[in-house]
Amino acid sequence: MRIALFVTCLADTLFPAAAKATVRLLERLGHEVDFPAAQTCCGQMHINTGYRRDALPLVRRHVRTFAPYEVVVAPSGSCVGSVRHQHAVVARSAGDEGLAARAEVVAARTYELSELLVDVLGVDDVGAYYPHRVTYHPTCHSLRMLRVGDKPLRLLRNVRGLELLELPAAEQCCGFGGTFALKNADTSSAMLADKLRHVLDTGAEVCTAGDSSCLMHIGGGLSRLDASVRTVHLAEILAATEET
Amino acid sequence: MTFLGMPTTAPRGVGHLRGEEPFPAAARKALGNDQLRRNLGHATDTIRAKSGAVVAELPDWQELRAAGSALKADTMARLPELLLQLEENVTRAGGVVHWAADANEANRIVTELVRATGHDRVIKVKSMATQEIGLNEALEAAGIEPVETDLAELIVQLGHDRPSHILVPAIHRNRAEIREIFLREMPGVDPALTDEPVVLAGAARRYLRETFLRTKVAVSGANFAIAETGTLAVLESEGNGRMCLTLPETLITVMGVEKLVPAWQDLEVFLQLLPRASTGERMNPYTSMWTGVTPGDGPQSFHLVLLDNGRSAVLADEVGRPALHCIRCSACLNVCPVYERTGGHAYGSVYPGPIGAVLSPQLTGVEDNASLPYASSLCGACFDACPVKIDIPSILVHLRNEAPHPRTERALMGAAAYTMDHPRLYQAAQHAAKLGRLAGRRLPPPFNGWTASRDLPQPPPETFRDWWAKR
Repeated sequence: MRIALFVTCLADTLFPAAAKATVRLLERLGHEVDFPAAQTCCGQMHINTGYRRDALPLVRRHVRTFAPYEVVVAPSGSCVGSVRHQHAVVARSAGDEGLAARAEVVAARTYELSELLVDVLGVDDVGAYYPHRVTYHPTCHSLRMLRVGDKPLRLLRNVRGLELLELPAAEQCCGFGGTFALKNADTSSAMLADKLRHVLDTGAEVCTAGDSSCLMHIGGGLSRLDASVRTVHLAEILAATEET
Repeated sequence: MTFLGMPTTAPRGVGHLRGEEPFPAAARKALGNDQLRRNLGHATDTIRAKSGAVVAELPDWQELRAAGSALKADTMARLPELLLQLEENVTRAGGVVHWAADANEANRIVTELVRATGHDRVIKVKSMATQEIGLNEALEAAGIEPVETDLAELIVQLGHDRPSHILVPAIHRNRAEIREIFLREMPGVDPALTDEPVVLAGAARRYLRETFLRTKVAVSGANFAIAETGTLAVLESEGNGRMCLTLPETLITVMGVEKLVPAWQDLEVFLQLLPRASTGERMNPYTSMWTGVTPGDGPQSFHLVLLDNGRSAVLADEVGRPALHCIRCSACLNVCPVYERTGGHAYGSVYPGPIGAVLSPQLTGVEDNASLPYASSLCGACFDACPVKIDIPSILVHLRNEAPHPRTERALMGAAAYTMDHPRLYQAAQHAAKLGRLAGRRLPPPFNGWTASRDLPQPPPETFRDWWAKR
């Protein structure tokens, strides 16, 4: 299958390992990955911070860039959530019904990585090998905007060598929330402190999730504590094999 | 009152819908109070577990939520005609209906009604609407003593405090603090009072029983009003409401216009939704319903004050309107990771938590509560918990678009959007991000909030698109 990679600006710029792993994984499963270079950012930060008008050209760019593809994947529940639940709203609020309709078509073909693997490609064992103790944080937008359910966990349970450790209070937000982490830094940090305590309580070596943004937040907190737990994107675990 | 056809918002200078400082500043203070965080964490944890268990018992919970949402949407779509129907039916049953455009008008109406009875004390059933308009202060200013009869509301009143939760207004207090408040403020209290919950409740009961028996006027809110019959309903746990609604000679009910449901049968849905979502009970202990006046039984004089106070403005906003569907269960507060850590006072309004963050700014006009729509990480737990399916995250995002934006932020956001829409500039910016390696562990404002508790990620040697281009 030919699959377009919606890399997300965050993974492109700061976490390319997650994006490269997505490419490696899909190619290993026998699919062709395309990277349309006209893509930049889906506009979620602007939309969620109250700058819907500024986001409009970004929505237009995103829709134009991905309209030619039958299947689009992103290593981010949050960015897929924005494409699926916000792009048409932004277009409609600007009075652009045509864009809204095209945005809905693109949204329907856009999947978060675990959705693509389990629902579209029908695999829950990707043949990965990752001999580490891992705990999984189900990010809010994957969980509640996309309803990915236990798909990431099913994928992780089939990874050879991986010991999956249950994260207490897993469904509680890590406190990132985009610009929330800046505007309400104290509250965000208080939420993070509880998340970090739970991660450390598991005794895991690695904390994984389907969103680089939440991992950046959790990882930034772990690093400040000088904790030895690493944050690794779900795609990187699924892309790992005995050879890598 | 309308100006160019646009409904007005709740007036300033009266009531409790506006805080004294923006949410982040108020939250910072609350976060520094470890005792408060422990009280809140324990209390919200307990209610969450209790509610979760009884919600899980119902196989048709999702259908009930959908029904509740649809009933409220229908009510809002024809609110004017339903309100007129309510007025007609309350009047026919011997009640008197008053229309209050705002807090000032409602306070004046209630004060005059109490004065006309010749009494100078009222007993009160727990009511968010009267807290919203600051009725107690208005009554006190007129020489009338209001006595709160809900235990937690009484604790708040005696402590000269403000409620911090919709259902459990004294959630921020522990029993040692409650004992001190009672000893200091409760008339005729036993000086040997201990902080045993049963002893504290006993002290409140003795004080309130006496007050119930010698007070002739009561003020209540309402959980529901039924348009087709003119019936009012109050749901409660302690029985104090039943006392207030049946013993006095005069009953004055202050109700937000959105509390309406069209038909008697609609209660079938809401009486299942509310207790399970709210207190985590299958059924609330007391449901009192009354229709106008019944000769020889209960209050012989009944007044219903229908309060707007900004609600018409909310109704006029198609996206924000579902905030009026709220049945004040407080499930969204109990699951909110922000509320759990900051408590209710940080929101500045009597409506705290996620629902407060969408309701208060709409009632006052978003410029008066501009920080509240941002008091959320948009995690979505509130939407899942809401028994009438209010999409709070979407309303928050909508209100953020209406809110005034700081000038620096506006400039940064504009520049970022421009850059993102020009791939060459975007790539240049990506490469510049590598300079972040030199930035060290602390960033300047407005980014210093991040580095206060979190390290920055190390920018990678090459971006994904650079790697892809070389493949």
